[in-house]
Amino acid sequence: MGERIQQSSPAAQSTAKKAIATRDAYGEALLELGRLRKDIVVLDADLSGSTKTGKFAKAFPDRFYNIGISEQDLIGTASGLSLTGKLPFASTFAVFETGRAWEQIRQTVCYSNLNVKLVATHSGITVGEDGASHQSVEDVALMRVLPNMTVIVPADAHETKQVIHTIADSYGPFYVRLGRAKVPVVMPDDYTFQIGKSFTFHLGKDANIVAMGIMVSAALEAAKILRDAGIDVGVINMSTVKPLDNEALLKASSACRLIVTAEEHSIIGGLGGAVSEFLSENNPTKVLRIGIKDDFGCSGTSEELLHLYGLTADNLVRSIKEALA
Amino acid sequence: MKIQLSRKDIDGLTEKARSLRMEILKMLAEAGSGHTGGSLSAADIVTVLYFFKMRHKPANPEWRERDRFILSKGHAAPVLYAALALSGYFDKELLKTLRKIGSPLQGHPCSCKLPGVEISTGSLGQGLSIANGISMGIKMDGLSSRVYCILGDGEIQEGQVWEAAMTAAHYRLDNLCAIIDNNGLQIDGHCCDVMHIEPIVHKWKAFGWHVIDIDGHNIRAIVGALNKAETLKGKPTMIVARTIKGKGVSFFEGKVEYHGLAPTHDELKMALKELQQ
Repeated sequence: MGERIQQSSPAAQSTAKKAIATRDAYGEALLELGRLRKDIVVLDADLSGSTKTGKFAKAFPDRFYNIGISEQDLIGTASGLSLTGKLPFASTFAVFETGRAWEQIRQTVCYSNLNVKLVATHSGITVGEDGASHQSVEDVALMRVLPNMTVIVPADAHETKQVIHTIADSYGPFYVRLGRAKVPVVMPDDYTFQIGKSFTFHLGKDANIVAMGIMVSAALEAAKILRDAGIDVGVINMSTVKPLDNEALLKASSACRLIVTAEEHSIIGGLGGAVSEFLSENNPTKVLRIGIKDDFGCSGTSEELLHLYGLTADNLVRSIKEALA
Repeated sequence: MKIQLSRKDIDGLTEKARSLRMEILKMLAEAGSGHTGGSLSAADIVTVLYFFKMRHKPANPEWRERDRFILSKGHAAPVLYAALALSGYFDKELLKTLRKIGSPLQGHPCSCKLPGVEISTGSLGQGLSIANGISMGIKMDGLSSRVYCILGDGEIQEGQVWEAAMTAAHYRLDNLCAIIDNNGLQIDGHCCDVMHIEPIVHKWKAFGWHVIDIDGHNIRAIVGALNKAETLKGKPTMIVARTIKGKGVSFFEGKVEYHGLAPTHDELKMALKELQQ
């Protein structure tokens, strides 16, 4: 998947970087943080090899806790550590972290407003062959509804590293959504992540795609194809899904007649839901939501699944043309 | 961290437990709702913790070296509020606002609203995991603080409790002492009818804990168990405290309906009279 998009994405071409999984960037960021700060502790639920927290575990065994296959206890233990002034990062797959332990996150982490960082990997359908049981397409919706929670979905490895460092310095509950598959680096070298600030690659006069995670890359590719065809389509990386960058949304929706949301997540309750909620109240604009349409994933390669569920540049191009016609 | 217990200490703690029970009943009657039975059953244990065993500073709730108390059975909030008020964390007058709009004394403890409450609880089964995390953090910091966590007996029907039981044993959290308020009743009836929890002692032993089985209304036994727990190394300790739901008020004792009922004003009068005798 990475190679094809990389070749046609102008941003990726300009930075000329290879595709890297956001979970790999997380593993590296934790190592950096571990060296910088003594208060960082990392917890995992028997998936440290996959989530890449295993690197931290190897480097700082005294600050790593494997809680075993018990996600509810994972969240509770991380919460307790935060109460002693530690800065816990708790990781497992997105479906288990936000689903199995949702009520622990609600009751203990969010209600008590604890300084707990939830960083989940293997989000979305690009988990691939493991199938729907392991593919979380609901996690952003589940986390977004919780008071005190900030929700961040980085677009690439470059942004992921910055996100991890930024949330380490910001008090409160955070949910960061990462993936298994390699994704092209799309954010510019000089990009600086700020909580609640989106990044506009280009502001389109006909339509603007508001994307998160791996869909930023697909959106860039689609926008280029459409612009080559004379349709001015912009792209915004809305990496902070909560709180939304309202200012950027107002600007984008005022500049064009169609807002398109693109997410590797259910179109219910995720980025599409959030953008629709905001625009319907503040600047009614037609919104086209591209994402998983009230469905579960299934087994297949990540490339095959992206095609099957319409999460490709081609489908974005087709859908946007139809919506503008 | 007193070890010796004098006759005077016992008398003082007995008197304090009586005061706690009176405050619990008064605030519940004033609120008109809340959990009477499980607050009264835990009153002696909470009294010993707050007025004898725990190192804490009511004027400085965030004191780094304090012992920590987690009320995992958060519905027994009145016993915690009474202990905090009588310790001096806040004015006793505030107890009258229990469960009322704008009060920091929420129906179940809320740490963001009330200093002295370590963590919000109320959804059962979560406290022990939190206590584990605190115990780990304290050990990392090389502090000698101890962590106490009270669970309900019905509460141990929650699966997360057993996840936490494994974690505490695995990480040898010997600065942790949990206490089960084993009053035998839960909302829908006797624990043994709703969902068997016995043999409690064997279960916790099998999970790798030290277990001490005591009469949860005997001040000397409670102190003895807490002292003993402090000497047991390499494992967490579970005190199974055999208690009576509604303890201290004859017409509430052992009555399942008073799990979630507050005393009426007439019942309050009779209850206070009985407690004063």
